Amino acid sequence: MTAKSDLPQGTLDLLILKVVALGPVHGYAIAQRLQQVSRDVVQVPQGSLYPALHRLENRGLLAADWKETDTGREAKFYRLTRKGRAQLGAEAASWERLTAAVGLILKLSEGGAE
Amino acid sequence: MSWWNRLWRRRQMEEQLERELRFHLEEHTTELYADGHALDEAQRQARLAIGGPEQVKELCRDARGTRWLEDLLQDFRYALRTLWQKPGFAAVTLMTLALGIGATTVMFTVVNGVLLKPLPYPQPNELVSVHGHSNDWNTGAFGDQNVAYLDFLDLQRQSNSVTLAGTLYNGGTVSQPGEPEYIYYREVSNNLFSVLRVKLAQGRAFLSEDDRIGAGPVAILGYSFWQRHFAGSPQIVGTSLTLDQKSYMIIGIAPAGMQLDGEEPDLYAPLGQDTAKFLRNRKAHPIGTMARLSPRSTTALARAELDLIGRHLAQQYPDSNADRTFLVQPLRPEVGGVGPTLWLLLGAVSLVLLIACANIASLLLARAVSREREFAMRAALGASRGRLVRQCLTESAVLGLLGGALGVLLAVLGTRPFVAFWPGDLPRGKDVQLDWHVLLFALGVSLLSGLFFGLAPAMRAPARKLEQALRAGGRTVVGSSRRLHAIFVTFEVALAVVLLISAGTLGRTLLRLASLDPGVNVRNVLVARMALPPGVLADTGRIRPAWQDVLDRARQVPGVQSATIVDTVPLREGNNQLGYWTTADVPPENRQPLTLTTCVMPEYLKVMGIALRQGRFFDERDRMGSGQVVVIDEVMAQQAFGNENPIGKRLWMPTMGPTPYEIVGVVGHVRYWGLASDDQAQVRAQLYYPFSQLPDQLLHRWSELMSIIVRTGTPPLGLVASLRHELRGATGDQVVYQVRTLEQLASNSIAQQRFLLLLFSVFAGLALPLACIGIYGVLAYLTSQRVPEIGLRMALGASAWNVMRMVLRQSLGMILAGVGVGVAGALIAARLLKSSVAGVRSIEPLTFALMVSLLVAAALLASFVPARRASRVDPMSALRQE
Repeated sequence: MTAKSDLPQGTLDLLILKVVALGPVHGYAIAQRLQQVSRDVVQVPQGSLYPALHRLENRGLLAADWKETDTGREAKFYRLTRKGRAQLGAEAASWERLTAAVGLILKLSEGGAE
Repeated sequence: MSWWNRLWRRRQMEEQLERELRFHLEEHTTELYADGHALDEAQRQARLAIGGPEQVKELCRDARGTRWLEDLLQDFRYALRTLWQKPGFAAVTLMTLALGIGATTVMFTVVNGVLLKPLPYPQPNELVSVHGHSNDWNTGAFGDQNVAYLDFLDLQRQSNSVTLAGTLYNGGTVSQPGEPEYIYYREVSNNLFSVLRVKLAQGRAFLSEDDRIGAGPVAILGYSFWQRHFAGSPQIVGTSLTLDQKSYMIIGIAPAGMQLDGEEPDLYAPLGQDTAKFLRNRKAHPIGTMARLSPRSTTALARAELDLIGRHLAQQYPDSNADRTFLVQPLRPEVGGVGPTLWLLLGAVSLVLLIACANIASLLLARAVSREREFAMRAALGASRGRLVRQCLTESAVLGLLGGALGVLLAVLGTRPFVAFWPGDLPRGKDVQLDWHVLLFALGVSLLSGLFFGLAPAMRAPARKLEQALRAGGRTVVGSSRRLHAIFVTFEVALAVVLLISAGTLGRTLLRLASLDPGVNVRNVLVARMALPPGVLADTGRIRPAWQDVLDRARQVPGVQSATIVDTVPLREGNNQLGYWTTADVPPENRQPLTLTTCVMPEYLKVMGIALRQGRFFDERDRMGSGQVVVIDEVMAQQAFGNENPIGKRLWMPTMGPTPYEIVGVVGHVRYWGLASDDQAQVRAQLYYPFSQLPDQLLHRWSELMSIIVRTGTPPLGLVASLRHELRGATGDQVVYQVRTLEQLASNSIAQQRFLLLLFSVFAGLALPLACIGIYGVLAYLTSQRVPEIGLRMALGASAWNVMRMVLRQSLGMILAGVGVGVAGALIAARLLKSSVAGVRSIEPLTFALMVSLLVAAALLASFVPARRASRVDPMSALRQE
């Protein structure tokens, strides 16, 4: 297994919004998907996942319903609200700007070293 | 889902949270199990991964955003439960608080209704008054100056910034229908009701056609007069009444409670119909004004415009209007001088509330100390300091709010009786009602009280030296608590001292005032205003015989010893202040000294029982055409002539004519302004002149103002009915009104002082026992904390007397500190009393000593019980307890 990174501050909300944007999903699946998609690089502390979900629901970015899973069990499925979708767009854009800028800076310092 | 909803469905939310986490754990376990872990190992790893389900739940609850409310509700329930567990403590604190907050709320309701509420008309902030002003007018002595009628008409016509309405004060006899009655009425410009935006209760307002000379006389009845004189009969509009022998058609009825300048007129008539000569004279200023600012106009704009119009008028009519300007001010309700009294009472009652709060604070503090262990336990279980402080404050807020609710209940019951109890009529008494301002005030006061008495115990909550507190089981003596307790006792004693000394000062004042000589013999004297029929007044030749007839009839009434008539009466409202000078070179009006001038008959001296000091009083020698004579009082003799003999000296009084008057006698000073106020009055000099020398042209006006005074051999009020009947006269429309005894007038003149004394005595009477209870409680608590120490001292040989002295010394320290602070406060209070209540002098040492020793004695008595109990501690059992 490769080394695991801690999530930078504030990115958990963005990741959750992105995962939920793909379609209604329950908490456990969100944790699974985050781990799989990031190829186990991103380790979501499960203890902070649920408070984050509840906070996002409280802010009106997520909505939730109780539905049956494929296995026939009742679970709480989260979906994105209109407000949540807007928030996701804004945050993703700002994230991309940030990472692009950081990437540029990193390249610059490499070039300088050569 | 709103936060309220989330809070409401708390149980459901908890259940869902539980299910959601359980689902997660089970899914994770299943997956780990499928990966080949043993079942119990899979469960363990799943739980580890999530990091403790209970902690996650706490975090989720925090994320919900209703946490503070849930805590508040929890604390609230807990507070109620603790109160319920100690019903005695709860009853005492709640009663104390309810009394304090109730009394404060009553006073605030009155202050709010009388002083703070705007005028009861729509958009009251647009209303202004216009007053005349000239340099020779003495506003200090006579108040704001009114406006000449012709000036008023010019202002009304020319001003764009305000719509001006005018009123003229008048009085007369209504002879038909019903019993003849003397009424006060207002002649008003036709737009008065529309300027005030008042809707009539019945009928129509005046039209501009009504408001001119020669129009048919019409009248609008005041609501109270309609109720009183016409028994509220609904068919009254359209009928007519006779006022001063002129028939008026009643066209409307004013709404209930409509007041002008603080009183409800009995009737309104159109000002424009009045043909009186003084209304055409720009030198007479009888018109009172009310105006409404035009849309988009401001007071400043109106001020500038009216000032400009005033200057034009001054150029146009230099003879009458030179140096004359107009003042525009926001229209304020007329409340006389009750403002300072009301604020004083609100201040005093707040002191009582503060004492109550200090009392509760020290009780709560004692309880907090004994609850130290509970708080230590809570802190050990993870409660933060803020959380504990919040819990304590919630508890005292609950106490405060419960006490406040009871207090508002008391205020609802108490406000009406208080207003009824006010000496005379409380101005705007009808406006004194509980409204949301008052409720807001009560809520604020309750919460503030809660904060005040809850803060000290709450600040103890920090779990200092946790293990120590837990181990000691709350039995150790904590030094800081003793100091805090001492502060509260000192505070209570100080406040009680302020109230006691204030009450004492008022008591001394009242004793002094009651023993003062009013200058007249007030026993068995009846005073009443008297109106001659308008038919008689219209004919100057008939006036003197008519008054003689009145006096002859009065003297016929059995029980009447002597009778006289006079224009102004001491101790009652109304006076005539004229300038005088002792040489012929009289200075301008505003530099002449003033004297209270009274028009009397020779019998006046005997009827009133005034002392003759020098010379003679008037007799039949003083007739029209004989030398003009006056009699002055000793104050004026001193003022005008110092130590010289005034008899035979002459006085010039420009307003009474150019010829000088000769002084023929000096009489004793009469406390004209009332027992209390006379010493501070601006004009105290008095001058009498004979009715027989009153110029004929003044006879009509003077006769409208006359009062009749009779001295009786029997209690005077018993003669009122027969006097009234006898004086009705040949035509049956001579009316006697405003009947008072001189004793009533004298007593009314110190009613304010009596009323204040009574209330301050009640407040001081509440404060003293509250402070004593406070001292008792604190000492009892402190000594019970010291039982082991006392036991030790006694085991080492201290006698019961030593122990008692030790406790009493401790208490005396707190008491004396309180007295020191209180005396400083009392000096400030005394200055306030002196400036707002007539007749109050600086604190006398006797009052001081008496009140302070009363308090110290009561406080020591209260500390005696715990001291005695301490001295009876059994050393053996006390030591074993430790």
